Amino acid sequence: MEDLVMETPEQTVMERLQQGSAPPPEAEMPPARTFEVKNLSIWYGEKRAIDTVTLDVASNAVTAIIGPSGCGKSTFLRALNRMHELTPRTRMEGTVLLHGEDLYSSAIDPAIVRRRVGMIFQKSNPFPTMTIGENVVIGLRLNGVRNQKFLNERLEKSLRMAALWDEVKDDLNKPGTSLSGGQQQRLCIARALAVEPEVILMDEPCSALDPIATAKIEELIYELKAKYTIVTVTHNMQQAGRISDYTAFFYLGRLIEFGPTTKIFTNPTEKQTEDYITGRFG
Amino acid sequence: MDTRRSDNHPWRRFKSALASVIAFISAAFVITPLGLVFFYLLVNGASSVNWAFFTKLPAPVGAPGGGMANAIVGSLELLAIAGIIGIPVGVLGGVYLAEYGSARINSILRFLADVLNGVPSITWGVVVYGLVVLRFKGFSAYAGGLALGLIMIPLIVRTTEEVILLVPNGYREASLALGVGRWKTIVHIVMKTASKGIITGILLALARVGGETAPLLFTAFGNRFWNHSLNQPIAALPLQVFTYAISPYDDWHRQAWAGALVLVTGIFCVNVLVRVLTRGRGASVV
Repeated sequence: MEDLVMETPEQTVMERLQQGSAPPPEAEMPPARTFEVKNLSIWYGEKRAIDTVTLDVASNAVTAIIGPSGCGKSTFLRALNRMHELTPRTRMEGTVLLHGEDLYSSAIDPAIVRRRVGMIFQKSNPFPTMTIGENVVIGLRLNGVRNQKFLNERLEKSLRMAALWDEVKDDLNKPGTSLSGGQQQRLCIARALAVEPEVILMDEPCSALDPIATAKIEELIYELKAKYTIVTVTHNMQQAGRISDYTAFFYLGRLIEFGPTTKIFTNPTEKQTEDYITGRFG
Repeated sequence: MDTRRSDNHPWRRFKSALASVIAFISAAFVITPLGLVFFYLLVNGASSVNWAFFTKLPAPVGAPGGGMANAIVGSLELLAIAGIIGIPVGVLGGVYLAEYGSARINSILRFLADVLNGVPSITWGVVVYGLVVLRFKGFSAYAGGLALGLIMIPLIVRTTEEVILLVPNGYREASLALGVGRWKTIVHIVMKTASKGIITGILLALARVGGETAPLLFTAFGNRFWNHSLNQPIAALPLQVFTYAISPYDDWHRQAWAGALVLVTGIFCVNVLVRVLTRGRGASVV
């Protein structure tokens, strides 16, 4: 199905890109930027997953990345905290700046990058050998924090921020895997918040959840952006429309269009964006 | 209607019943040897398994009573030495194969570990005899433990590797995404998640070498008395069973049966322990 309808858009995308009409998002951007991505390209072996992407991520806002499967949106997300390097035979070009600092400079330890840029995964993954409480503070523990009072404070604070405290405060010693799917995902969010990152990346955080659990996570994302910069990948167009301030549309490893969500969804500049959003392909 | 008729076809039902019967008979064949071994050991050995067997030294030929206390303790000492050598090397080797290294080199290492697992156990005895016994001019508990430890290494390498590979990648990524380093992730997240499987592999390896006789013949050598120094020859239960079984004396034969019964019971208990460990909560996670 996908292959059949993709033929025409692909051609036109290539034509447009050859004409050099890459979207100019600078005009709409507010001054505060968390990430500045310049000419980012990523290869897996010979395959080019990301092709010369330039994009700035606004601070204290939600940026949604949309696009059909295999368009490179997850790769782009993982490049923001160097998680893509876990895949063997990857290569990258270009720069990614976090608050002006080059994340790929040889002086920087990827572990430090990931402490500053947290990540939530598609499938909730609380550690099965640990209790709810242990799951939340494990990041701090393994990073050398021993002070129990501090850990307890951070435990409650993180669970409150993840809107999970009231549901689990009496069950902190139960296994993390005893929670429901939506609660597990919020536990993972609490776990990521506990190390106090500056940014939270989310890779389709709701795709395995039912609508009620999804609504809770979406509400949470909305609340979290007061304190954090959030970048989320989503397959769900309505969700991108509901939760994000900015939307980036990726296709075949390229950034086709990027701008305020309201503009992308109501008046996209590119025809591919419109076709994808209206469900004509992807 | 057509399908219903063919479902009730007598020929098909006969074939199905026949397959069930054959499977049942095969299963019975698998279990029978175990039953026979226990039956024989109980019939011939149970009468000699008494308090003295566990507390007394072997009696001289012709003298009544006596036991295998020194061999039981000796086996435990040998297993301790084997474990000190085999467990860390085996577990870390398995971790390396599962988490580090290139696919190409790892497939070679894996193949070599499988070859080592197939090496006849007496070969290990010869190797240790040449490397240790000749050099230090004497049989010793160290040499016996080393031979057993070397047998354990490839066993533990392979089981550890397998259970670590079963740990879903999502847990590694979750930990790394918290800014936890790779080694800490492997120790505190991956190995902890796989700990039951790793312990199971260790216990099975101990049970396997606990019953080995051949590698001890010219390393630990055996001892009719208490071993007072690990530099000296030491008794071991399977070795004692072997020595007594090939002797011409009836009372030694009875002791050999008893020793074999104790040995098999011990190995059986380890296997039961493994079953208990792998059951219940967390069993799904390796």
